[in-house]
Amino acid sequence: MRTLKFLLEKEFRQIFRNKSLLPILFVLPMVQLLIMPLAADFDIKDIRVAIVDNDHSSYSRRLTEKIGASGYFHIEGFAASYAEALRLVGTGSADIILEIPPQFARNLVKEGDQKVYLAADAINGMKGSLGASYLTAVLTDFNNDIRVEWMQPQKMEPQPTIEIVQENWFNPSMNYPFFMVPGILVILVTMVAGFIAALNIVQEKEIGTIEQINVTPIKKWQFILGKLIPFWLIGMIDFTIGLLIARLVYGIVPVGHIGTLYLFLSVYLVALLGFGLLVSTYSDNQLQAMFVAFFFIMIFILMSGLFTPVENMPGWAKVISHMTPVTYFIEVMRMIVLKGSDFGDIRTPFLIVLGFAVLLNAWAIFNYRKTS
Amino acid sequence: MPDAVTLEGITKTYDKGKVVAVKDVSFTVKQGELFGLIGPDGAGKSTLFRILTTLLLPDAGVATVAGLDTTRDFRKIRACVGYMPGRFSLYQDLSVAENLNFFATLFDTTVEANYALIRDIYEQIKPFSTRRAGKLSGGMKQKLALCCALVHKPDVLFLDEPTTGVDAVSRKEFWDMLKRLKEQGISILVSTPYMDEANLCERIALIQNGKILSIDTPQQIIRDYPGKLYAVRSGSMHKLLADTRSFPGTASSYAFGQYLHLAFTPGREGSAANLEKYLGERGHSGIEIEEITASVEDRFIQLMGNDR
Repeated sequence: MRTLKFLLEKEFRQIFRNKSLLPILFVLPMVQLLIMPLAADFDIKDIRVAIVDNDHSSYSRRLTEKIGASGYFHIEGFAASYAEALRLVGTGSADIILEIPPQFARNLVKEGDQKVYLAADAINGMKGSLGASYLTAVLTDFNNDIRVEWMQPQKMEPQPTIEIVQENWFNPSMNYPFFMVPGILVILVTMVAGFIAALNIVQEKEIGTIEQINVTPIKKWQFILGKLIPFWLIGMIDFTIGLLIARLVYGIVPVGHIGTLYLFLSVYLVALLGFGLLVSTYSDNQLQAMFVAFFFIMIFILMSGLFTPVENMPGWAKVISHMTPVTYFIEVMRMIVLKGSDFGDIRTPFLIVLGFAVLLNAWAIFNYRKTS
Repeated sequence: MPDAVTLEGITKTYDKGKVVAVKDVSFTVKQGELFGLIGPDGAGKSTLFRILTTLLLPDAGVATVAGLDTTRDFRKIRACVGYMPGRFSLYQDLSVAENLNFFATLFDTTVEANYALIRDIYEQIKPFSTRRAGKLSGGMKQKLALCCALVHKPDVLFLDEPTTGVDAVSRKEFWDMLKRLKEQGISILVSTPYMDEANLCERIALIQNGKILSIDTPQQIIRDYPGKLYAVRSGSMHKLLADTRSFPGTASSYAFGQYLHLAFTPGREGSAANLEKYLGERGHSGIEIEEITASVEDRFIQLMGNDR
C-alpha cells in the first residue's frame, strides 16, 4: 500500500510538471466543450429560396409570404425563369428553387388541384433534404389553409380536419446543445482517458524506466494501478468541470440522479483506461500508441451515435456501434441528463460497460505479463 | 556463502531462434568480486544482464544470482540486486532527490537507511539535488543512476556499459567508485566495450558473438598470449599495413594507436630482422620494430582470429 502511495505521488508530480500535458488534460476539453456544440448545430435555419413566380396572383403571393414567415427560409430573390433561378443556385446564393406555374391560382380554384415544382441543391445533402422537407411542410400547411377556407362557405358544418401538433419531449424547444453537449462531454472524457493513459504507459517503455521498475520488487498490479488511478481521477474531474460548464453556459441541469451518472462514469473510465493500457501493451513507442489509439477513438466517435443515430446505421455498422463502449455512455448520458432515467433504466448498458471494463483490463494485464 | 552469480550453459535466441544472442555461456562471479564482461557492441552482454536481472528468460541453461534461480526465484532476486541499464532510465522530469527517494521506496527502504553506502557518490551530486534528472550532465546522470541502483544495499550490482559515452576523467572516477563499493562487500558484474578498463577488474570474461572466448584475470589473459608481439612503425603507416600483411611470415597485423601490432606465424618469430629488410626494400623510412607485451585487446583480437 505504501508503494502504491508513492507511485501515485510520483505520477501526479510528473503530470503536474508536464507543461504541455496539463493544458491538454484540463483546458483543451473545456474550450472544445464551449465551441463544438455551437459549431456542430444541425438545426438548419436561413435556407435561401429562389422563387420563380409565373403566376403573380394573390394565392402565389400568399404562398411566398407564408414561406418567408416560417422562420426557416430566407427569400433570396424572385427569378423570372427557372434558368435564372438555377443560376442563383449555381453561384451558391440560393439553396432551393420553388417554381409556381402559370395559372396557379386559376387551376387551384377551378380544378382544386395544382402542382408546384421544388428543386433543392443537394451539394450539402443535409441542408438540401431538410430544406425540401421543411418547405413541403409549409406547402402542406398552405394546402390545408385554403381547403378550410373554401369548404366553409359551401357547407354549413365545418369540415373536420385533423390538425397535427408536434411536441418534443425531454427537449421541448429542440434546443440543439441540449442534445449535443452531453454527447460531446462523453467524447472528451473518452479522449482524455483513452489517449493519455495509453501514451503515458508507453512513455515509460520508450525512455526505458519500465526496465528499471521491472527490476524492483514492485508488483505488476501496483504498477498498473499506479498508472490507472491518476487518469481515472482526472477523467472524473474533467467530467465534473464539463457538467458545470453544461449547467452554467448551456443551462443543462441533469434531470436524473447525478449519483447514477457518476456510478456509470466510474465504470466507464475503468473500461476506457483498460483500452489505453491495452494499446500501450501492443506499442513500443508513443507515436505507435498515438496512431493506434487515434484509429480506434475515431471509430468510437463516428460510430457512437453522437452525430448520426445508431438506428439509422446499416446492420453491420450497428454491430460495430454496439461493440463500442462510447455508444453506451452517450446513450446513458442522454437518458439520465435529459430524460431523468434511473438505474433500473440503464441497467443493461451498465452491465455491458462493466463487461468491457473487465474484458479490456484482463486482456491488457494478460498481454502486459507476456511481454515483460 | 554462495557465488554471487553463476551461469551454466545459458543460451538465448531472438526472432524464434533465428538470431542467436548468447550461446552456451557459463561463468561464475565469486562473492565480493569485481567481474568484467568485455566485448564489442552486439556481443551479447546486455542479453546476459537482462537474463541475470530476471527481465528475460533464457532458452536453455540455468543461472543463479546470490544463490537464487533466475527463473524460479525472480521475485527474491529483484529485491537483492541493483541494476543500472546501459541507457539512462530514470525519470527525467523528477529531481535528483525525488528519483532517489522513489527508488528507495520501491525497495521498501529509505535513503537514510543506506546512506553510508552511497554517501561518497551522492555527495558529488548533492548540490544539484533539486535539479531535474533530465537536466544533469552525462557524468552526473551516471552517478545518480548508480546511487539509485545502490540505494537498497544490493548484494549484487549489475552495471551494463556504465562508462559508455562518459568522458575519460569521469570514467576513471567511476572505476574508483566501483573499487570502493567492492571493498564494502558488494559483488559487481560490469560490462564494457573498452578493453583498457579490463585491467581494472579482478577477473574478466571476453565475449564475442554470444560466445565466451576466455575467462581469467586480466594478467593471466595477457600472459596467455601465445608467441611474441611487435609494434611496428614507419613514415607511411597506410602503406605499412598493406606491406606487413603481404610479408610471408606475418600471422596478423592491425593498427593500434600510432603503431601496428604484428604477430608472426608460429615458428618464424626470428624474422623481425627479415621484416625490416623487407620493408626497407619497399621504400619505408624510419622503420621501428620493437617487441612489446600484449594487452587484453591484443589477446582479444588473437582469440577472435582463432574463433573464425
